[in-house]
Amino acid sequence: MTAEQIIQQILFFISAALTLGSAVMVVATRKLIQAALWLIVSLFGVAVLYALLDASFLVVVQVVVYIGAIAILFIFAVMLTQRDQRDKGPQLNKSWVLAALVGLATFGGLTFLVSSWTGFGAAAAPIPAGTVDMVADLGTALVSVDQYVLPFEVASVLLLAALIGAIYVAYNRK
Amino acid sequence: MIPLSWYLILSAALFSIGLFGVLARRNAIAILMGIELMLNAVNINLVSFWRYGSPAEMSGQVFAIIVFAVAAAEVAVGLALVISVYRRRKTVVANEIDMMKW
Amino acid sequence: MLFDYMAIAVFVFFSTAIAVTAILLGGLFGPRRKSEVKSEPYESGMIPIGPGTRRMPVRFYLVAVLFILFDIEVVFFLPWAVSFRKLGLFGLIEMFIFIGILLVGYFYAWKKGALEWE
Repeated sequence: MTAEQIIQQILFFISAALTLGSAVMVVATRKLIQAALWLIVSLFGVAVLYALLDASFLVVVQVVVYIGAIAILFIFAVMLTQRDQRDKGPQLNKSWVLAALVGLATFGGLTFLVSSWTGFGAAAAPIPAGTVDMVADLGTALVSVDQYVLPFEVASVLLLAALIGAIYVAYNRK
Repeated sequence: MIPLSWYLILSAALFSIGLFGVLARRNAIAILMGIELMLNAVNINLVSFWRYGSPAEMSGQVFAIIVFAVAAAEVAVGLALVISVYRRRKTVVANEIDMMKW
Repeated sequence: MLFDYMAIAVFVFFSTAIAVTAILLGGLFGPRRKSEVKSEPYESGMIPIGPGTRRMPVRFYLVAVLFILFDIEVVFFLPWAVSFRKLGLFGLIEMFIFIGILLVGYFYAWKKGALEWE
Protein backbone atom coordinates (compact mmCIF):
# COMPACT_ATOMS: atom_id res chain seq x y z
CA MET A 1 0.00 0.00 0.00
CA THR A 2 1.29 3.40 -0.93
CA ALA A 3 1.14 6.42 1.32
CA GLU A 4 -1.70 7.96 -0.69
CA GLN A 5 -3.87 4.88 -0.20
CA ILE A 6 -3.30 4.97 3.55
CA ILE A 7 -4.21 8.66 3.61
CA GLN A 8 -7.36 7.84 1.64
CA GLN A 9 -8.36 5.21 4.19
CA ILE A 10 -7.73 7.56 7.10
CA LEU A 11 -9.78 10.27 5.38
CA PHE A 12 -12.57 7.77 4.77
CA PHE A 13 -12.71 6.81 8.44
CA ILE A 14 -12.66 10.43 9.60
CA SER A 15 -15.45 11.49 7.24
CA ALA A 16 -17.48 8.33 7.94
CA ALA A 17 -17.27 8.97 11.68
CA LEU A 18 -18.18 12.63 11.10
CA THR A 19 -21.18 11.72 8.91
CA LEU A 20 -22.58 8.95 11.08
CA GLY A 21 -21.88 10.68 14.40
CA SER A 22 -23.60 13.89 13.41
CA ALA A 23 -26.45 11.91 11.77
CA VAL A 24 -27.04 10.29 15.18
CA MET A 25 -27.01 13.77 16.72
CA VAL A 26 -29.59 14.94 14.12
CA VAL A 27 -32.08 12.30 15.23
CA ALA A 28 -31.21 12.44 18.94
CA THR A 29 -30.83 16.15 19.78
CA ARG A 30 -33.69 17.74 21.68
CA LYS A 31 -33.26 21.24 20.30
CA LEU A 32 -34.40 21.39 16.69
CA ILE A 33 -32.10 24.25 15.69
CA GLN A 34 -29.11 22.20 16.90
CA ALA A 35 -30.39 19.22 14.90
CA ALA A 36 -30.34 21.45 11.80
CA LEU A 37 -26.74 22.50 12.55
CA TRP A 38 -25.70 18.84 13.03
CA LEU A 39 -27.36 18.11 9.69
CA ILE A 40 -24.93 20.59 8.08
CA VAL A 41 -21.95 18.73 9.60
CA SER A 42 -23.33 15.42 8.34
CA LEU A 43 -23.83 16.79 4.81
CA PHE A 44 -20.27 18.11 4.85
CA GLY A 45 -19.02 14.63 5.72
CA VAL A 46 -20.90 13.27 2.70
CA ALA A 47 -19.20 15.95 0.55
CA VAL A 48 -15.79 14.65 1.69
CA LEU A 49 -16.91 11.14 0.68
CA TYR A 50 -17.76 12.43 -2.80
CA ALA A 51 -14.26 13.91 -3.00
CA LEU A 52 -12.83 10.48 -2.12
CA LEU A 53 -14.97 9.00 -4.91
CA ASP A 54 -13.50 11.45 -7.48
CA ALA A 55 -16.88 13.11 -8.09
CA SER A 56 -15.61 16.69 -7.86
CA PHE A 57 -18.69 18.31 -9.39
CA LEU A 58 -20.92 16.60 -6.83
CA VAL A 59 -18.72 17.95 -4.02
CA VAL A 60 -19.50 21.48 -5.17
CA VAL A 61 -23.18 20.67 -5.66
CA GLN A 62 -23.38 19.09 -2.21
CA VAL A 63 -21.89 22.19 -0.56
CA VAL A 64 -23.79 24.75 -2.65
CA VAL A 65 -27.19 23.07 -2.83
CA TYR A 66 -27.41 20.90 0.26
CA ILE A 67 -25.53 23.01 2.78
CA GLY A 68 -26.13 26.38 1.13
CA ALA A 69 -29.80 26.02 0.33
CA ILE A 70 -31.55 23.00 1.85
CA ALA A 71 -29.99 23.31 5.31
CA ILE A 72 -30.75 27.05 5.31
CA LEU A 73 -34.36 26.24 4.39
CA PHE A 74 -34.50 23.90 7.40
CA ILE A 75 -33.14 26.60 9.70
CA PHE A 76 -35.72 29.10 8.37
CA ALA A 77 -38.52 26.58 8.88
CA VAL A 78 -37.37 25.93 12.46
CA MET A 79 -37.32 29.67 13.19
CA LEU A 80 -40.74 30.14 11.58
CA THR A 81 -42.47 27.43 13.58
CA GLN A 82 -41.15 27.94 17.10
CA ARG A 83 -43.04 30.04 19.53
CA ASP A 84 -40.08 29.99 21.85
CA GLN A 85 -36.70 28.38 21.55
CA ARG A 86 -37.23 25.74 24.23
CA ASP A 87 -38.65 22.52 22.81
CA LYS A 88 -40.86 21.21 25.55
CA GLY A 89 -42.04 17.65 26.03
CA PRO A 90 -40.52 14.46 24.67
CA GLN A 91 -38.96 14.67 21.22
CA LEU A 92 -39.46 10.98 20.46
CA ASN A 93 -42.86 9.36 20.15
CA LYS A 94 -44.09 6.42 22.22
CA SER A 95 -43.06 3.73 19.75
CA TRP A 96 -39.43 4.85 19.43
CA VAL A 97 -38.14 1.47 20.69
CA LEU A 98 -39.96 -0.20 17.81
CA ALA A 99 -38.51 2.42 15.43
CA ALA A 100 -35.00 1.68 16.71
CA LEU A 101 -35.59 -2.04 16.15
CA VAL A 102 -36.80 -1.37 12.59
CA GLY A 103 -33.70 0.76 11.96
CA LEU A 104 -31.38 -1.95 13.29
CA ALA A 105 -33.20 -4.62 11.28
CA THR A 106 -32.85 -2.49 8.12
CA PHE A 107 -29.14 -2.06 8.72
CA GLY A 108 -28.64 -5.77 9.41
CA GLY A 109 -30.72 -6.80 6.42
CA LEU A 110 -29.00 -4.42 4.01
CA THR A 111 -25.54 -5.43 5.23
CA PHE A 112 -26.44 -9.13 4.93
CA LEU A 113 -27.83 -8.62 1.41
CA VAL A 114 -24.86 -6.68 0.02
CA SER A 115 -22.31 -8.93 1.72
CA SER A 116 -23.73 -11.99 -0.04
CA TRP A 117 -23.22 -10.24 -3.38
CA THR A 118 -20.08 -11.20 -5.35
CA GLY A 119 -18.94 -7.63 -6.09
CA PHE A 120 -18.95 -6.71 -2.40
CA GLY A 121 -15.20 -6.28 -1.90
CA ALA A 122 -14.53 -4.82 -5.36
CA ALA A 123 -11.69 -2.38 -5.82
CA ALA A 124 -12.27 0.89 -7.66
CA ALA A 125 -12.27 0.67 -11.44
CA PRO A 126 -9.48 2.80 -12.94
CA ILE A 127 -10.62 6.09 -14.42
CA PRO A 128 -10.29 5.86 -18.24
CA ALA A 129 -7.27 7.69 -19.56
CA GLY A 130 -9.26 9.81 -22.03
CA THR A 131 -11.40 11.63 -19.46
CA VAL A 132 -9.93 15.06 -19.07
CA ASP A 133 -13.07 16.95 -18.13
CA MET A 134 -15.71 15.04 -16.23
CA VAL A 135 -18.04 18.04 -15.98
CA ALA A 136 -18.16 18.34 -19.78
CA ASP A 137 -18.95 14.62 -20.05
CA LEU A 138 -21.71 15.14 -17.53
CA GLY A 139 -23.18 17.98 -19.59
CA THR A 140 -23.04 15.86 -22.74
CA ALA A 141 -24.77 13.00 -20.93
CA LEU A 142 -27.48 15.33 -19.61
CA VAL A 143 -28.44 16.90 -22.93
CA SER A 144 -27.71 14.11 -25.46
CA VAL A 145 -30.85 12.70 -27.00
CA ASP A 146 -29.74 9.07 -26.64
CA GLN A 147 -28.91 9.53 -22.95
CA TYR A 148 -30.65 11.61 -20.30
CA VAL A 149 -32.42 14.45 -22.06
CA LEU A 150 -35.88 13.34 -20.94
CA PRO A 151 -35.05 13.21 -17.19
CA PHE A 152 -33.38 16.59 -17.70
CA GLU A 153 -36.58 18.18 -19.04
CA VAL A 154 -38.78 16.35 -16.54
CA ALA A 155 -36.58 17.78 -13.76
CA SER A 156 -37.57 21.29 -14.86
CA VAL A 157 -41.26 20.32 -14.71
CA LEU A 158 -40.66 18.92 -11.21
CA LEU A 159 -38.97 22.14 -10.11
CA LEU A 160 -41.84 24.17 -11.59
CA ALA A 161 -44.39 22.07 -9.67
CA ALA A 162 -42.39 22.45 -6.46
CA LEU A 163 -42.05 26.23 -6.92
CA ILE A 164 -45.75 26.79 -7.55
CA GLY A 165 -46.76 24.33 -4.82
CA ALA A 166 -44.50 25.84 -2.18
CA ILE A 167 -45.61 29.42 -2.94
CA TYR A 168 -49.28 28.44 -3.05
CA VAL A 169 -49.14 26.54 0.25
CA ALA A 170 -46.92 28.87 2.27
CA TYR A 171 -48.09 32.25 0.97
CA ASN A 172 -50.27 34.29 3.28
CA ARG A 173 -53.66 34.70 1.62
CA LYS A 174 -55.22 37.78 3.14
CA MET B 1 -7.38 1.18 -1.26
CA ILE B 2 -10.95 1.53 -0.09
CA PRO B 3 -13.13 -1.45 -1.06
CA LEU B 4 -16.69 -0.90 -2.25
CA SER B 5 -18.03 -2.67 0.84
CA TRP B 6 -17.03 0.22 3.12
CA TYR B 7 -19.15 2.69 1.21
CA LEU B 8 -22.10 0.27 1.06
CA ILE B 9 -22.03 -0.38 4.80
CA LEU B 10 -21.66 3.34 5.54
CA SER B 11 -24.66 4.20 3.40
CA ALA B 12 -26.69 1.36 4.95
CA ALA B 13 -25.90 2.78 8.39
CA LEU B 14 -26.78 6.34 7.31
CA PHE B 15 -30.05 5.10 5.78
CA SER B 16 -30.98 3.26 8.99
CA ILE B 17 -30.25 6.32 11.14
CA GLY B 18 -32.44 8.41 8.86
CA LEU B 19 -35.18 5.77 9.00
CA PHE B 20 -35.07 5.82 12.80
CA GLY B 21 -35.40 9.61 12.70
CA VAL B 22 -38.41 9.42 10.39
CA LEU B 23 -40.17 6.81 12.51
CA ALA B 24 -39.33 8.05 15.99
CA ARG B 25 -39.29 11.87 15.96
CA ARG B 26 -42.47 13.73 16.88
CA ASN B 27 -41.61 17.02 15.17
CA ALA B 28 -42.53 17.13 11.47
CA ILE B 29 -39.41 19.17 10.58
CA ALA B 30 -37.19 16.57 12.28
CA ILE B 31 -38.95 13.88 10.22
CA LEU B 32 -38.00 15.77 7.05
CA MET B 33 -34.39 15.92 8.30
CA GLY B 34 -34.46 12.13 8.59
CA ILE B 35 -35.65 11.92 4.99
CA GLU B 36 -32.71 14.11 3.95
CA LEU B 37 -30.29 11.70 5.65
CA MET B 38 -31.89 8.77 3.79
CA LEU B 39 -31.60 10.58 0.43
CA ASN B 40 -27.92 11.25 1.15
CA ALA B 41 -27.38 7.55 1.84
CA VAL B 42 -28.94 6.74 -1.52
CA ASN B 43 -26.68 9.28 -3.20
CA ILE B 44 -23.53 7.79 -1.63
CA ASN B 45 -24.64 4.41 -3.00
CA LEU B 46 -25.22 5.79 -6.50
CA VAL B 47 -21.90 7.61 -6.67
CA SER B 48 -19.88 4.69 -5.28
CA PHE B 49 -21.48 2.26 -7.75
CA TRP B 50 -20.63 4.74 -10.51
CA ARG B 51 -17.01 4.97 -9.35
CA TYR B 52 -16.49 1.24 -8.79
CA GLY B 53 -18.65 0.04 -11.66
CA SER B 54 -18.27 2.10 -14.81
CA PRO B 55 -16.60 5.49 -14.34
CA ALA B 56 -16.50 5.94 -18.13
CA GLU B 57 -20.25 6.51 -18.26
CA MET B 58 -21.83 9.38 -16.40
CA SER B 59 -25.02 7.55 -15.39
CA GLY B 60 -24.33 7.50 -11.66
CA GLN B 61 -23.62 11.22 -11.47
CA VAL B 62 -26.70 12.05 -13.55
CA PHE B 63 -28.83 9.97 -11.18
CA ALA B 64 -27.25 11.75 -8.22
CA ILE B 65 -28.07 15.17 -9.73
CA ILE B 66 -31.67 14.13 -10.32
CA VAL B 67 -31.82 13.01 -6.67
CA PHE B 68 -30.55 16.49 -5.68
CA ALA B 69 -33.39 18.08 -7.67
CA VAL B 70 -35.97 15.73 -6.11
CA ALA B 71 -34.61 16.44 -2.63
CA ALA B 72 -34.83 20.20 -3.16
CA ALA B 73 -38.40 19.96 -4.47
CA GLU B 74 -39.43 17.64 -1.64
CA VAL B 75 -37.96 19.87 1.04
CA ALA B 76 -39.47 23.06 -0.42
CA VAL B 77 -43.01 21.65 -0.56
CA GLY B 78 -42.70 19.62 2.66
CA LEU B 79 -41.56 22.54 4.78
CA ALA B 80 -44.20 24.79 3.16
CA LEU B 81 -46.85 22.29 4.27
CA VAL B 82 -45.41 22.18 7.81
CA ILE B 83 -45.38 25.99 8.01
CA SER B 84 -48.93 26.19 6.67
CA VAL B 85 -50.21 23.63 9.18
CA TYR B 86 -48.36 25.45 11.97
CA ARG B 87 -50.10 28.72 11.14
CA ARG B 88 -53.54 27.13 11.33
CA ARG B 89 -53.13 24.63 14.16
CA LYS B 90 -50.14 26.05 16.12
CA THR B 91 -48.42 22.67 16.17
CA VAL B 92 -45.63 20.88 14.32
CA VAL B 93 -46.07 17.56 16.15
CA ALA B 94 -46.92 14.94 13.55
CA ASN B 95 -49.33 13.02 15.83
CA GLU B 96 -51.44 16.11 16.48
CA ILE B 97 -51.98 16.88 12.81
CA ASP B 98 -55.03 14.67 12.44
CA MET B 99 -57.68 16.82 10.76
CA MET B 100 -58.32 14.14 8.14
CA LYS B 101 -58.65 11.33 10.68
CA TRP B 102 -62.00 10.56 12.34
CA MET C 1 -6.35 13.35 -7.59
CA LEU C 2 -6.94 13.72 -3.88
CA PHE C 3 -4.16 16.25 -3.46
CA ASP C 4 -6.12 18.69 -5.62
CA TYR C 5 -8.27 19.25 -2.55
CA MET C 6 -5.28 20.16 -0.36
CA ALA C 7 -6.01 23.90 -0.46
CA ILE C 8 -9.60 23.34 0.69
CA ALA C 9 -8.44 20.98 3.44
CA VAL C 10 -5.93 23.55 4.72
CA PHE C 11 -8.63 26.24 4.61
CA VAL C 12 -11.13 24.09 6.54
CA PHE C 13 -8.47 23.14 9.10
CA PHE C 14 -7.36 26.70 9.81
CA SER C 15 -10.85 28.22 9.91
CA THR C 16 -12.01 25.53 12.35
CA ALA C 17 -8.84 25.85 14.43
CA ILE C 18 -9.14 29.65 14.68
CA ALA C 19 -12.80 29.48 15.67
CA VAL C 20 -12.22 26.76 18.28
CA THR C 21 -9.18 28.54 19.71
CA ALA C 22 -11.03 31.85 19.98
CA ILE C 23 -13.97 30.27 21.81
CA LEU C 24 -11.71 28.15 24.05
CA LEU C 25 -9.48 31.07 25.04
CA GLY C 26 -12.47 33.28 25.78
CA GLY C 27 -14.11 30.56 27.82
CA LEU C 28 -10.94 29.76 29.79
CA PHE C 29 -9.66 33.24 30.63
CA GLY C 30 -12.70 35.50 30.42
CA PRO C 31 -14.43 36.45 33.69
CA ARG C 32 -18.00 35.24 34.03
CA ARG C 33 -20.23 37.60 35.95
CA LYS C 34 -23.85 37.10 35.01
CA SER C 35 -26.38 39.85 35.62
CA GLU C 36 -29.93 40.68 34.59
CA VAL C 37 -28.89 43.37 32.15
CA LYS C 38 -26.23 41.24 30.45
CA SER C 39 -28.57 38.38 29.58
CA GLU C 40 -31.08 40.64 27.84
CA PRO C 41 -31.28 40.29 24.04
CA TYR C 42 -29.12 42.91 22.36
CA GLU C 43 -31.08 45.44 20.32
CA SER C 44 -28.44 48.01 19.38
CA GLY C 45 -28.22 49.24 22.96
CA MET C 46 -31.90 50.12 23.24
CA ILE C 47 -34.25 48.63 25.82
CA PRO C 48 -35.60 45.45 24.12
CA ILE C 49 -39.18 45.49 22.86
CA GLY C 50 -41.01 42.19 23.18
CA PRO C 51 -39.48 38.72 23.42
CA GLY C 52 -36.15 37.99 21.74
CA THR C 53 -37.44 34.92 19.92
CA ARG C 54 -40.27 36.37 17.88
CA ARG C 55 -41.60 34.34 14.97
CA MET C 56 -40.13 35.42 11.65
CA PRO C 57 -42.42 36.51 8.81
CA VAL C 58 -43.07 33.88 6.14
CA ARG C 59 -41.49 36.10 3.46
CA PHE C 60 -38.05 34.79 4.45
CA TYR C 61 -39.22 31.29 3.63
CA LEU C 62 -40.58 32.32 0.23
CA VAL C 63 -37.28 33.98 -0.70
CA ALA C 64 -35.40 30.85 0.43
CA VAL C 65 -37.67 28.62 -1.69
CA LEU C 66 -37.10 30.77 -4.78
CA PHE C 67 -33.36 30.66 -4.10
CA ILE C 68 -33.23 26.88 -3.69
CA LEU C 69 -35.08 26.15 -6.93
CA PHE C 70 -32.98 28.51 -9.04
CA ASP C 71 -29.90 27.12 -7.28
CA ILE C 72 -30.82 23.66 -8.60
CA GLU C 73 -31.25 25.22 -12.01
CA VAL C 74 -27.60 26.35 -11.89
CA VAL C 75 -26.57 22.75 -11.16
CA PHE C 76 -28.12 21.77 -14.50
CA PHE C 77 -26.73 24.85 -16.28
CA LEU C 78 -23.07 24.39 -15.41
CA PRO C 79 -22.33 21.01 -17.08
CA TRP C 80 -24.36 22.15 -20.07
CA ALA C 81 -22.36 25.37 -20.37
CA VAL C 82 -19.02 23.53 -20.09
CA SER C 83 -19.87 21.19 -22.99
CA PHE C 84 -21.88 23.77 -24.93
CA ARG C 85 -19.62 23.85 -28.00
CA LYS C 86 -19.89 20.11 -28.46
CA LEU C 87 -23.67 20.08 -28.06
CA GLY C 88 -24.37 22.78 -30.63
CA LEU C 89 -27.84 23.95 -31.64
CA PHE C 90 -29.68 20.98 -30.20
CA GLY C 91 -28.30 21.65 -26.74
CA LEU C 92 -29.29 25.30 -27.04
CA ILE C 93 -32.90 24.38 -27.93
CA GLU C 94 -33.01 21.90 -25.05
CA MET C 95 -31.86 24.53 -22.61
CA PHE C 96 -34.42 27.05 -23.94
CA ILE C 97 -37.19 24.52 -23.26
CA PHE C 98 -35.77 23.97 -19.77
CA ILE C 99 -35.64 27.70 -19.04
CA GLY C 100 -39.06 28.25 -20.62
CA ILE C 101 -40.71 25.76 -18.29
CA LEU C 102 -39.05 27.31 -15.25
CA LEU C 103 -39.93 30.85 -16.37
CA VAL C 104 -43.61 29.93 -15.94
CA GLY C 105 -42.91 29.40 -12.26
CA TYR C 106 -40.98 32.65 -12.08
CA PHE C 107 -43.90 34.62 -13.55
CA TYR C 108 -46.28 32.84 -11.17
CA ALA C 109 -44.15 33.94 -8.22
CA TRP C 110 -44.00 37.47 -9.64
CA LYS C 111 -47.75 37.67 -10.17
CA LYS C 112 -48.47 36.28 -6.72
CA GLY C 113 -46.35 39.04 -5.22
CA ALA C 114 -43.85 36.65 -3.66
CA LEU C 115 -41.01 38.82 -4.96
CA GLU C 116 -42.18 42.00 -3.24
CA TRP C 117 -41.15 42.77 0.28
CA GLU C 118 -43.66 45.52 1.17
